[in-house]
Amino acid sequence: MKLDAKVPSGPLADKWTKHKFESKLVNPANKRKYSAIVVGSGLAGASAAASLAELGYEVSCFCFQDSPRRAHSISAQGGINAAKNYQNDGDSVYRLFYDTIKGGDFRSREANTYRLAEVSVNIIDQCVAQGVPFARDYGGLLDNRSFGGAQVSRTFYARGQTGQQLLLGAYSALSRQIGLGKVKMYNRAEMLDLVVVDGRTRGIVVRDLVSGKISSFAADAVLLATGGYGNVFYLSTNAKACNVTAIYRAYKRGALFANPCYMQIHPTCIPVTGDYQSKLTLMSESLRNDGRIWAPKKQGEDRAPGDIPENERDYFLERKYPSFGNLAPRDISSRSAQEVCNEGRGVGETKVGVYLDFADAINRLGKDVITERYGNLFDMYERITGEDPYTVPMRIYPASHYTMGGLWVDYNLESTIPGLFVLGEANFSDHGANRLGASALMQGLADGYFVIPYTLGDFYARSGQSGISTDHEAFKQTEREAVERQEKLLSINGKRTVDSFHREVGKIMWDNCGMSRNEAGLKKALETIPPIREEFWENVKVLGDNDEFNQSLEKAGRVADFLEFAEIMCHDALDREESCGAHFREEYQTEEGEAKRNDKKYTYVAAWEYNGVGKKPNLHKEELEFENVELATRSYK
Amino acid sequence: MNLTLYVWRQKNADDKGRMEKYPAKNISSHMSFLEMLDVVNEDLIEQGVEPIAFDHDCREGICGMCSLVVNGRPHGPEKATTICQLHMRHFSDGDVIYIEPWRAKAFPVIKDLVVDRSAIDRIMAAGGFVSINTGGVPDANAIPISKTDADTAMDAAACIGCGACVAACKNASGMLFVAAKVSQFAHLPQGKVEASQRVRAMIDQMDIEGFGNCTNFQECEAACPKEISIKFIAKMNREYLKSSMAPTKG
Ligand SMILES: Cc1cc2nc3c(=O)[nH]c(=O)nc-3n(C[C@H](O)[C@H](O)[C@H](O)COP(=O)(O)OP(=O)(O)OC[C@H]3O[C@@H](n4cnc5c(N)ncnc54)[C@H](O)[C@@H]3O)c2cc1C
Ligand code: FES
Repeated sequence: MKLDAKVPSGPLADKWTKHKFESKLVNPANKRKYSAIVVGSGLAGASAAASLAELGYEVSCFCFQDSPRRAHSISAQGGINAAKNYQNDGDSVYRLFYDTIKGGDFRSREANTYRLAEVSVNIIDQCVAQGVPFARDYGGLLDNRSFGGAQVSRTFYARGQTGQQLLLGAYSALSRQIGLGKVKMYNRAEMLDLVVVDGRTRGIVVRDLVSGKISSFAADAVLLATGGYGNVFYLSTNAKACNVTAIYRAYKRGALFANPCYMQIHPTCIPVTGDYQSKLTLMSESLRNDGRIWAPKKQGEDRAPGDIPENERDYFLERKYPSFGNLAPRDISSRSAQEVCNEGRGVGETKVGVYLDFADAINRLGKDVITERYGNLFDMYERITGEDPYTVPMRIYPASHYTMGGLWVDYNLESTIPGLFVLGEANFSDHGANRLGASALMQGLADGYFVIPYTLGDFYARSGQSGISTDHEAFKQTEREAVERQEKLLSINGKRTVDSFHREVGKIMWDNCGMSRNEAGLKKALETIPPIREEFWENVKVLGDNDEFNQSLEKAGRVADFLEFAEIMCHDALDREESCGAHFREEYQTEEGEAKRNDKKYTYVAAWEYNGVGKKPNLHKEELEFENVELATRSYK
Repeated sequence: MNLTLYVWRQKNADDKGRMEKYPAKNISSHMSFLEMLDVVNEDLIEQGVEPIAFDHDCREGICGMCSLVVNGRPHGPEKATTICQLHMRHFSDGDVIYIEPWRAKAFPVIKDLVVDRSAIDRIMAAGGFVSINTGGVPDANAIPISKTDADTAMDAAACIGCGACVAACKNASGMLFVAAKVSQFAHLPQGKVEASQRVRAMIDQMDIEGFGNCTNFQECEAACPKEISIKFIAKMNREYLKSSMAPTKG
């Protein structure tokens, strides 16, 4: 298979304009004859569904929560980037582009990343027009803050609830279209499979989570905006129900999965306290604007943080990366914290954590300013830990957070199956091996509001209607398979709960394919995962029936897919014999312990093709070409 | 600690439902309330009893999915805290805890503690938006908005749409939710343009859905995990009054 990214020719800055001009259009009167299924109602899905319906296409949208407003995007806290340069501090589209490419450690496609930076400015305009209450200064203009990996202030925010406000904006646009009858919304509906006939996407098979009924939906195109798969680790900052099923099923139907091992670990989460732990809570990275990260110099330190004198503290990020300090990128900050803990200098009861200290900021700015900036985060921290971060430093530790990998898409966001488009965190497109803070919200909305409305029209104009209804045998067959799978899960009636399997595979992944990886560990994981999967299919216990609301059954289906998908991540991590961005292979590091890329061999996107359960997938490579930026060693010193 | 739970079990919308008693053993004070339920559910599954169905997702107090009435109070005893953010350190060994679903005509039970809140979506679809399309909007800084207005809009916009206000209200009124949305937009120049139509459409839909009226008991504000203020209900009432004096569209 030859991967064609369909990047338009011409100078970087003109590509998107040229491409839009060259795209075919659908006559306004014909738009209602074309249908699109949008799976997902997060930032990417809601913005796409609303924008496409506004254009006149017939849209149906699916989400598994009880309302589109509850998609995982709602929990993003910190902010959204845009190259507005409102602060007059030297920002530009080119700088945002460059920061994103560099932050991604030169493993993303130039043209996509540039387009993302280019449309970022429109996103902010759009959101303000929808009534998103971004933070403002006393003159009434929009306020900005800085985020990790950037030296300009380009992050827009709405207190600590930016994702919530952006999603509610997109949800209100979507609600308007639902009210107008232009979008048919299916809540509590989970896509279980994709239907492909003659090499083109034809629709999806869905389980109604209330009645348990499994049925089919056909359309001229399917858009997956189903979010990330960080929950493969069981513990992550993602919402509990986030999963890989939609994109994994598409992968099994022929879509290539790109860079599955690129998985971002977030440096500032509340540390784990016990085995019962169900998720990890993120403390927004924006806290690093004012908080200072440190650990005791001494191993096994047991004094309270306030009793440790200044000269016995190690502000390790400031020490190692003087110019970026506490704002060093996520992968670097996370690994540094892990190192400190491995050296026996961790803090808290479990000794797996470091301090994030606001004492200096409170002295300098006053408590009120800190409350205004981070009040809700401080409250959240206190609620969870029972400690007051105004007086005792927070304890933080890295956790699985975001997946840069996802289904492979070309410049049009189309996967390798014609008619299947992938948006938001579910695709692999813009962040390379590491994503900068506040860029996921930007990408989700860029894809949905400003990219797909153009590229999908071009697809319709070129490919015409699908012409296959749900009466087609392929739909019937896929439905039957979905039903059989549910029945199989229910009939095993073994001894172990679904969660126990999820925890087990999650731990293996965290230990061997997490923050740092090595060949032996990855091989070990590849040996240990298949027996767990086998045991799952023999010994899982799922109660209840298919034709009812059944949360255990939902979970079982998702965990079954994680148990297959986990292996693909390990294969990818094993193949990439270099360290880049969030992918840190212990064998490939500089003497100072920094990631060492191998640009000669690995400037490619690894796109994996399904080859059967438990078999190594086939690797296809998209060579990345850098015409505008020079591949530099990433340095944040 | 060891606790005794009385939990509402209801197989489906047609079932009558009843309280069942379950022990919750060896609960750590660091657990969240939902983690405590996870532990109980794991035990139930091992005994072959169907686990307790309850809605949840983010477990960070922001998605609005979790929705339990604990000891008679929506989201439990702690002020400004969703039930997913409530930690077991607020309970003591030997406590008896009653867990029920949101109860309101507009929120029928689906199973156990899970209710159908799609009425909230339909109110939003009736008017909870600014009628603009994607593209062709002015620069974000073209219209300055005073910090006070922006901050007040944000206070209102912080609503997570969980429905605790409805569950807390004797009349099962949806006023606080609707008022928050109406007020958010009414404080912003972008939202003012269609303020009249919006407040009417949303209130009309609220009535259709079977939410009750507001008779000023203020239970909603007390139960709201995001501390949305009832001053927004007053604001909405003013908006509603204004809209009834405005000329109606043809
Ligand atoms: C705690 C936290 C904080 C974050 N903070 C920031 C931040 O400050 N700035 C930033 O830029 N990014 C942040 N991120 C990342 C960002 O929030 C996400 O990457 C982004 O919101 C993903 O949006 P999405 O639309 O792609 O997917 P999601 O919002 O995850 O939506 C997925 C949708 O797909 C649906 N779905 C999935 N599978 C199926 C299926 N099989 N059938 C039917 N429906 C399905 C779900 O119901 C949901 O509607 C944060 C992430 C987390 C976890
Ligand atoms: S689970 Fe999201 S608010 Fe409680």
